[in-house]
Amino acid sequence: MTATTSTLASVKPVTIFEAHNIVKRYGNVTALDGVDFELRQGEILAVIGDNGAGKSSLIKALSGAIIPDSGELILDGHKVHFKSPIDARRHGIETVYQDLAVAPAMTIAENLFLGREILKPGMLGSVLRLIDKKKMLSEAIRHMQDLKIGIRSMNQAVETLSGGQRQGVAVARSTAFAKHVVILDEPTAALGVKEGNMVLELIRRVRDRGLSVIIISHNMPHVFEIADRIHIQRLGKRAAVVNPKTISMSDTVAVMTGAKNPEDLPENAHA
Amino acid sequence: MKFRGTTLPAIQLSTLGPCIALLAACLFFTTQSDRFFSGQNFSLILQQVMVVGVIAIGQTLIILTAGIDLSCGMAMALGSVIISKFAVDYGMPPILSVGCGMLVGMAIGYVNGALVTKIKLPAFIVTLGTMNIVLAITQLYSGAQTVTDVPDSLLFFGTTFHIGQTSVTYGTLLMLALYAITWFFLRDTAPGRHIYAVGNSPEAARLTGISTQRVLMGVYVIAGLLYGIASLLSVARMGVGDPQAGQTDNLDSITAVVLGGTSLFGGRGNVLSTLVGVLIVGVFRNGLTLMGVPSVFQILVTGILVILAVAVDQFSHKKG
Repeated sequence: MTATTSTLASVKPVTIFEAHNIVKRYGNVTALDGVDFELRQGEILAVIGDNGAGKSSLIKALSGAIIPDSGELILDGHKVHFKSPIDARRHGIETVYQDLAVAPAMTIAENLFLGREILKPGMLGSVLRLIDKKKMLSEAIRHMQDLKIGIRSMNQAVETLSGGQRQGVAVARSTAFAKHVVILDEPTAALGVKEGNMVLELIRRVRDRGLSVIIISHNMPHVFEIADRIHIQRLGKRAAVVNPKTISMSDTVAVMTGAKNPEDLPENAHA
Repeated sequence: MKFRGTTLPAIQLSTLGPCIALLAACLFFTTQSDRFFSGQNFSLILQQVMVVGVIAIGQTLIILTAGIDLSCGMAMALGSVIISKFAVDYGMPPILSVGCGMLVGMAIGYVNGALVTKIKLPAFIVTLGTMNIVLAITQLYSGAQTVTDVPDSLLFFGTTFHIGQTSVTYGTLLMLALYAITWFFLRDTAPGRHIYAVGNSPEAARLTGISTQRVLMGVYVIAGLLYGIASLLSVARMGVGDPQAGQTDNLDSITAVVLGGTSLFGGRGNVLSTLVGVLIVGVFRNGLTLMGVPSVFQILVTGILVILAVAVDQFSHKKG
C-alpha cells in the first residue's frame, strides 16, 4: 500500500500549497493581477521577479501579511483564509523575514522559542507560566544538531553570532514549528560567500526533512544552485515555472524582464 | 565593548560593575566615618531607600520595555494621600483604603500604558504630562494639607523587629521580597521573558506572535501597582499622608535603574542590579551625611553618578 503511494507520488507530485487567481490592488495600482501559484510537497521553489513584478505581494499573500482582494488559497487540500502572519503560522506556514526577526540580546534557545516557550507541566506552567528552561535548552540543542548548525552554546546571546549563524537561528526557529511550508525572504542577501553557502546547505536539509520551501532571492546563482523549480513573476502574474536544470540563467532573466516570451522557451525548460 | 565576541563582558559590565561600585563606596565611607559600618546604619540605609526602592522596581519593568516613567513619584504621593485620607477622613477600614491607593496607582499606570500603546506617544512625554496632572490632582484633593492621625495598622510596615542588636523595618523586608518576586518573574516566566523581547526588538516580538500592546499595558499597570505599594510604605515610614512626597522619586528611581546597569534602550538589565543601584544612591546619601557633607553636594554627586552610568550604557550598547 505504502509502496503504491510512493510510486504514485514520484509520478505525480503532491501539491501542498496553491493559490488561484489572486488579485491585490492598492488604489489604482494592481500588485497582483490574478496570479496562480503552486508549491509541491518537499520541494524548494524559488520565486523571482523584477522590482514591481508582485513578488513580495505574492509572498505576503501566502504568508498572511496581506489579505488578497480575491482568489483562493488551498493548503494541503483545504481552502484557507489567513487574517495575519500569526494566523498563517497556526496553519503550519512559517516565514523567515529578510530583516531577521530575532531579539539580539536574548539567547539562542530563547529566540528559538520566543512567543512559544515550553512551559513547565501542571499548574506551574498553566497558572504561573513558568518556563521549562531545561527542556527548552535540550530541545534547542537537538533541533540545531538536526540541522547541523554548529553553535557551541544555546545560552549565548544572538548578537554574539555571525550573520550566517543568525540566519541559521532564524531558519531553525521557523522549521522547528512549521508543519507544511517555510518561506524564506532573501535568506542569503546580507551574507558573505561562505556563510551564504552554509545557509543554502541548511535550506537543503530543511527540504530533506520533508518540509516544502519557498525562497525569494535576487541572487541568480543561488537560485539555480538550490531551487527544484523556479516561479517567474512578471507584471503581477506568473509568467512561467521553469526547471533550473534545463534552462539557462540568461533565458530565465530574459523571461523575468520580458525580453523573451515564455512560449518561445524550449519545451523541456518548463517545469 | 571591545570584547563583543563573548557574553562575559556583558555580565561584567552590567552586573559586576555596579556591585564593585557599591563595595568601593562602602569601603570609602567606612574609612571616613566610624559610624558607617554597623548593622544599625545598614538597616537605616535600607529603611531610607524602601519607598524609592519599590518605585524603582516598576521603573525597571518600564525601562526594560525601552520606556520611561516620570509620573511614578507623583503616583506614589497621590496613593499615600488616598490611603491615609480614606482611612482618616471617611473612616474606611485601612485594608480597603490601601486597596483604593493601589487601584489609583494601577489606574495611572493604565492611562500611561494606553497613551503609549494605543495613541503611540513617546513614554517620556506621556508621563511628563501625567506627572503634572497627578501632582495637581494630589494638591487639589489634599488641599496641600498633610494627613495626620493615621491609624496604627497603616504604620505596620514602619515598625521594627530585632535581629541581634539591629532593628529592622518590616517595610524593608517587603521591599526585598518584591525584588525577589520580580527577579523570579522576569527570569523564569514566559510573560517576564516577553518583556525583554518587547524591549529588545519589538518587531521580532510582534512577528513571533507576542502581543506587544498587551505586554506594555501589563507592565505599566504592574508598575502602577508597585507605586501603590510604595505609597503604603511611605505612609508607614513618615506616619502621615504627605502630598509633597515623592517629588524627586522619578529621577532617583531612574538613577538607580541606570546605575544598576539596565539599559535605557530597553531589553537589557535586571531588577536585582536595580536594587544595587538603589543601594549605591542610599549609601552615598547616608555616607556623605555622616561625613557632614551638605546635602547640596549629595545632589551633585547623584547627578554625576547618573551621567556616568548613562555614558557607560551608551558606549556598551550603542551597536545593539
